[in-house]
Amino acid sequence: MIPHSPTKRSLIGALLLSGLALTAYAEDEVQQQTTVTPAPAPEVDPITVTVGLQLEPPHLDPTSAAAGAIDQVLYANVFEGLTRFGPDGSIRPALARSWTISEDGLSYTFTLAADVTFHDGTAMDANDVVFSLNRARAEDSVNAQKALFEDIASVWAMGETQVRVTLSKPNGNFLFNLAWGDAVIVAPESIENIKTNPVGTGPFMFSDWVQGDQIELVKYAEYWGAPAQLDIATFKFISDPTAAFAAMMAEDIDAFSGFPAPENLPQFEADPRFTVLVGSTEGETILSTNNKMPPFDNVKVREALAHAIDRQAIIDGAMFGYGTPIGTHFAPHNPDYVDLTANSTYDPELARTLLSEAGFPDGFTTTLKLPPPSYARRGGEIIAAQLRAVGIETEITNLEWAQWLEEVFRGKDYGLTIVSHTEPFDIGIYARPDYYFQYDNPVFQEKMATLNSEADPEARSALLAELQTIISEDYVNGYLFQLAALSVANVNLIGLWENAPTQATDLTSVYWDE
Amino acid sequence: MLRYTLRRLVSLIIALAVASVVIFVAVEIVPGDPAAYMLGINARPDTVAALQAELGLDLPVHERYLAWVGGLVQGDFGTSYTYRTPIADIIGERLWVSLPLALYALILSTLIAFPAGILAATRRGSVADMLVMGITQLGVAIPNFWFAMLMVLVFAINLRWFSAGGFAGWEHGIAPGLKSLTLPAIALALPQASILARVMRSALLDTLSEDFIRTARAKGLTRRQTLWRHALRNALIPVLTIIGLQFSFLLAGAIIIENVFFLPGLGRLVFQAISQRDLIVVESVVMLLVFAVIIVNFAVDLAYAAVDPRLRRS
Repeated sequence: MIPHSPTKRSLIGALLLSGLALTAYAEDEVQQQTTVTPAPAPEVDPITVTVGLQLEPPHLDPTSAAAGAIDQVLYANVFEGLTRFGPDGSIRPALARSWTISEDGLSYTFTLAADVTFHDGTAMDANDVVFSLNRARAEDSVNAQKALFEDIASVWAMGETQVRVTLSKPNGNFLFNLAWGDAVIVAPESIENIKTNPVGTGPFMFSDWVQGDQIELVKYAEYWGAPAQLDIATFKFISDPTAAFAAMMAEDIDAFSGFPAPENLPQFEADPRFTVLVGSTEGETILSTNNKMPPFDNVKVREALAHAIDRQAIIDGAMFGYGTPIGTHFAPHNPDYVDLTANSTYDPELARTLLSEAGFPDGFTTTLKLPPPSYARRGGEIIAAQLRAVGIETEITNLEWAQWLEEVFRGKDYGLTIVSHTEPFDIGIYARPDYYFQYDNPVFQEKMATLNSEADPEARSALLAELQTIISEDYVNGYLFQLAALSVANVNLIGLWENAPTQATDLTSVYWDE
Repeated sequence: MLRYTLRRLVSLIIALAVASVVIFVAVEIVPGDPAAYMLGINARPDTVAALQAELGLDLPVHERYLAWVGGLVQGDFGTSYTYRTPIADIIGERLWVSLPLALYALILSTLIAFPAGILAATRRGSVADMLVMGITQLGVAIPNFWFAMLMVLVFAINLRWFSAGGFAGWEHGIAPGLKSLTLPAIALALPQASILARVMRSALLDTLSEDFIRTARAKGLTRRQTLWRHALRNALIPVLTIIGLQFSFLLAGAIIIENVFFLPGLGRLVFQAISQRDLIVVESVVMLLVFAVIIVNFAVDLAYAAVDPRLRRS
């Protein structure tokens, strides 16, 4: 009934055996040269780390679900793609060591790392890449980010370590798209059981999953790249913020990635046993506004909304000061970010004037539907108070995520809601008129299409600045703040990501400094 | 006795059938589509439809109900939407935590409540009685999750006697497993023990003022003999009722305590499954809990009959 991993047992066994063998050898030597003092027994304890996470993955296939928790455990550790995100969000080579792009931007030739094996021992070659990309873009694909692959026209294996991908139209984001956890390379024969037994090419292999409790990864000895510096990595799932605090304080766990209780961070900062990592995520937290629902179809009303909101008060009140104000839907740590917060300064007087001009001198009543995260629930209360101050009454409804998806996201039955859009580089959602905030601007859509086919970095930067400005000046949504990445770790644990350019707990270069 | 048992058995089956319909309908009408939840906000509608087909969610409601109940009758709980593993296996694993935890808490609560209740009843009005009444009043009033956090603060963070939560797993031996269940079991047992002790006390007091107790004393039995041979046995009926209720509560109601101690038990499974819209897991676990409650009540009914011969004849 109780699962126990044979892999783990055999690994520890192997370590113990090798230790015993060495000791035996040393004893042999001692017997031969009795004058020499015996060598100290070699260290046999495996190097371990236990990382706390708030959410447990529903299953272990990153290519068929949106759950960030899957990548949080497996990205870079177990699964690798052709490219990958670095800790700073840059795109780096992964299984593809190099690539060439044709003049017209339609053909990418990737050269794969040699001698790569999957954790089951089979070789990873060009055919696996072809299989993985074709599976993701297939008609019956259940890949949650299928759009990443929609420009692919064909994928060809050009020998064991070369793959050519042709696109139907140039896509300046293609290498970026391939770095997502949804684009990792999987083995065809592993698909049947991938949800419970993921087989990847990374420096750690999956060992054991006690559902509801923990997932254990062990070091993969045959890894093709720089080997991991940990032998066993355990992810423990602790959803309750108080329990997370207690587990860290009692040192049951060595680190907590995405710490759920910002109010407790000063306590960890003051404690010499811990270090607190405060970075940035890709999560633009916005007051999403139903642009098709009156009175929000009037840009003056949306502008009034923007000036009625005091971002800093929300950051302080809901996030205990962690978060960076934003004035558009773009990550501030991105080099192409334009600071447009001045477009929506906190000015309740101006907000009231704008409301009068729009024909609502006495304000109006609308709905504010809040999903479960604390940024939404706490932030919602503060926003409701700020809106009331300019005459806008809100009826707050708390929703679970599944209800939110059905009512707000799919049904578009809402006036206002608060959501953090955590997908990296997702300004493209403003070019989808059927998207839940229903923003329909042909100028924006055209420029977005130009951007997607533009490969020249300077032209891209200019376009991105324009795009950010358009949605800022159209006041599509209330742009609140960039969600902070908050982690707590044992002070001797080195190498954890500070920022979260994608949802991941990359342990590939984590080590103990002792 | 046989007719009594049969009658109870029939009402048990009817209760189960009604429960299955109520559970299925209640869970199905809650808004939220499992496939849409799993694929998130960037998924294309055709992708969601593909996943719905894969999960069998595109079938009509009555077909899904019949498939579910048909499976249940044969002991097949179906396959979890999110975990994609057989639900029977998931429940089996979780029961290895929830069942020992419930039993542990029940044993603790009984071990505390019986002596305390008897002491308070036999020395009515004494200092001991007042102490028991005062402490149990506090025990009923303190929320168990708060008490749990307090224990974590003292015994895990400050004293480091226990870990702050998590389950060590039985494969490492019984002692580490029991150790990781100790704080949660105490947190669960405290309010239960308080209630039970008070029920024990008042039931015993009622019985002690009955005529047959006086008769027993009159025929020459000592106080102690009257208590153990006559009073206690007659006071057991309300106590058994409470124990039965408490066991089902402990099995199903440990959700908050399981969250505080991040234990992989049944309560946490239901909690996760509800937010992930893993409907079939919710349905099956709730059905199992209903089944457990009904069986426990059935056992309590039989125990009444064993304790009180009058019930067997009626």
